[in-house]
Amino acid sequence: MTVVGSDTERLARADNTEPLLVVKDLKTHFQIDAGLVKAVDGVSLEIERGKTLGIVGESGSGKTVLSRSIMRLNIANNVINTGSIMYDGEELITKSSKQMQKLWGVEMAMVFQDPMTSLNPVVRVGRQLTEHLRYHLGVGKPEARSTAIELLRSVKIPEPESRIDNYPHEMSGGMRQRVCIAIALACGPKMLFADEPTTALDVTVQHQILNLLATQQRDRFMTMIMVTHDLGVVAGRADEIAVMYAGKIAEKAPTGTLFSDMRHPYTQALLWSIPKVSQPKHTRLSAIAGRPPDLINPPMGCSFSPRCPYAQDKCREEEPPLVAGSTPGHQFACWYPVGSKENEEAYAKNLADGVAVTLAAEGKIRATEELTAEVIADIAELDDSVIDVSDSVDEGDS
Amino acid sequence: MAGSGKAHLRPHDETILRVEDLNVEFPVGRGRTVYAVSGISFDIAKGETLGLVGESGCGKSTTGRAILQLPRPTAGSVQLKGTDLMQIDGESMRATRTDLQMIFQDPISSLNPRRMIGEIVAEPLAVWGPFDEDEQWKIVADMLDAVGIDPGVARYKRPHEFSGGQCQRISIARALVMEPELIICDEPVSALDVSVQAQILNMLEDLKAQYGLTLVFIAHDLAVVKNISDRVAVMYLGKMCEVSESDELYANPAHPYTNLLLGSIPVPDPTVSLDDTVTAEGELPSPLAPPSGCRFRTRCPLADEMCERVEPQMRRINDDHYVACHHPLIEADPATEVFVNNT
Repeated sequence: MTVVGSDTERLARADNTEPLLVVKDLKTHFQIDAGLVKAVDGVSLEIERGKTLGIVGESGSGKTVLSRSIMRLNIANNVINTGSIMYDGEELITKSSKQMQKLWGVEMAMVFQDPMTSLNPVVRVGRQLTEHLRYHLGVGKPEARSTAIELLRSVKIPEPESRIDNYPHEMSGGMRQRVCIAIALACGPKMLFADEPTTALDVTVQHQILNLLATQQRDRFMTMIMVTHDLGVVAGRADEIAVMYAGKIAEKAPTGTLFSDMRHPYTQALLWSIPKVSQPKHTRLSAIAGRPPDLINPPMGCSFSPRCPYAQDKCREEEPPLVAGSTPGHQFACWYPVGSKENEEAYAKNLADGVAVTLAAEGKIRATEELTAEVIADIAELDDSVIDVSDSVDEGDS
Repeated sequence: MAGSGKAHLRPHDETILRVEDLNVEFPVGRGRTVYAVSGISFDIAKGETLGLVGESGCGKSTTGRAILQLPRPTAGSVQLKGTDLMQIDGESMRATRTDLQMIFQDPISSLNPRRMIGEIVAEPLAVWGPFDEDEQWKIVADMLDAVGIDPGVARYKRPHEFSGGQCQRISIARALVMEPELIICDEPVSALDVSVQAQILNMLEDLKAQYGLTLVFIAHDLAVVKNISDRVAVMYLGKMCEVSESDELYANPAHPYTNLLLGSIPVPDPTVSLDDTVTAEGELPSPLAPPSGCRFRTRCPLADEMCERVEPQMRRINDDHYVACHHPLIEADPATEVFVNNT
């Protein structure tokens, strides 16, 4: 394994046409006092080498848990992981933390959301950069240092020779995120997970970091999973996008198809709720009413049905399967997909019944309808005084 | 501007708040000073929403707080309906604060976790009256209802029982209960999901129409600011770069910095090609030692020797569009060009 992606290494990677990662029916459930949180509930996906998959969804949709589950970062007594994660022909779901340690950094690496907290504040960045070079590749100290300087240069940190001896607090947020990227790239991983890599950064720095990730990916022929809540971040940069809702994939498609031919009402709602610079001022936004569902007791049928303007009785009773769309690689889970005749009829019916207005167009929701899983967990755990616990939980479930 | 000047200010009788030459400096020890805000001027008309945008560290939050005199600015004047808040004593300022309210970024930590929602929202009334509890509750209940929270359910609950979006609604109710003249919203939607963000933005628009609110809306997300603002002011490193009616600003940015910000926004459309030409490398210089002349010159593609020597002044480009730049991206129409230099 070469330290910084060489041409031969890169070409060898490009020659292999097997998908790098095949995830089948992956489930990650957390056992907590309040019940079983189904954070990831049956996700299947495949990523080809050198491609970027964007995973998009609101907070609590399970997108971060999914990426961490694939990397097997959440191994604990109360975590139940089932399904299959085939990485480069190897099954990861049965591996222990100790076995995974050999893969972390070398095969797969992660860039986290918050560059302020993901670096150790009392260790110079040089040592944080060389740590796994020395651990995994057995590189000697002087060589590790020169590699680290090269890495800092490749992520465009000015004066890497002196910056390598900085502590994290001596750097700005954007610079720290560059260091985090350099650390992730140090051992030349085949797969990079970027979990909201730019959410904590300014818009101008975000642009720089996203460009940096794209060039590094191209130069090293890496496969990338980019987790974000911002459809704008992945629109121009991912080859494929998976939209997650309540621990499941709602829609998955090549990026162009997803935007030109979106079928799932949630994808549509997500895109419509983003304010766009091209709209005139004071444009009324199409807010999605309510909040993501309680993952302990998800609603019957389609989990998006309580917030969906097209929902019919069928949606509330039967869960829609993930079906293939007209374009290759396009999948969606909806009984009344956007753009179909059934969808128009469903909307017309809801409008006639006065349902659609109360569900989608109007942003006013009552407190009781919005109680979420964590809130209920909080009540169960913390509150012992004034509030009637059972009462609150009932309201949350209704 | 990264410059100064007051060409963009409107006559006194059209505005309810007028801030002139505002300076906020913080001593940081060893004789050093952070120049957080340096000589900015702006005004707000009644019923208007002014958006303040810029990167972190540009002084936008400090400006918002300086209006409330929290802390008192180092120099300048803050005139609310003709009264200079810099000149009045502490007790009068306390009374004046009922006209000025603030909504903070983090909805959960800005509510006291140990108190009930009914108490939190009623607190301003408990200080300023009416003192009758039933009367207070009537006002509070109306206000909670207006922000989409069921008053009966929420009254005896605590903040942790609500989601981030709901807590932000409660914060807004608390700010509105005194019927303030001016509300300063400091990044009120940055901590929220896009779907909840849309709910809160729509609600602010509704409340603004219903109660005739005047807002200062501070945010780093340019699309959000455009959506809600009538007028937008772009700040950079404690200075003001460009002030304009918002549609005009986004259509024809005149300041290179505004252009950089706009070019950096990720657009949710894969057919839009990524524009790498506008990306300035480099980051915000330290406010401990801001660059001379135009503060943006260190990152500006158009910077020349004049930018280093002379600080640009606000000047009018066309109707209600002002820029402080020596080399604006759009030139003023000669017929309307007006240079004003008060400094």
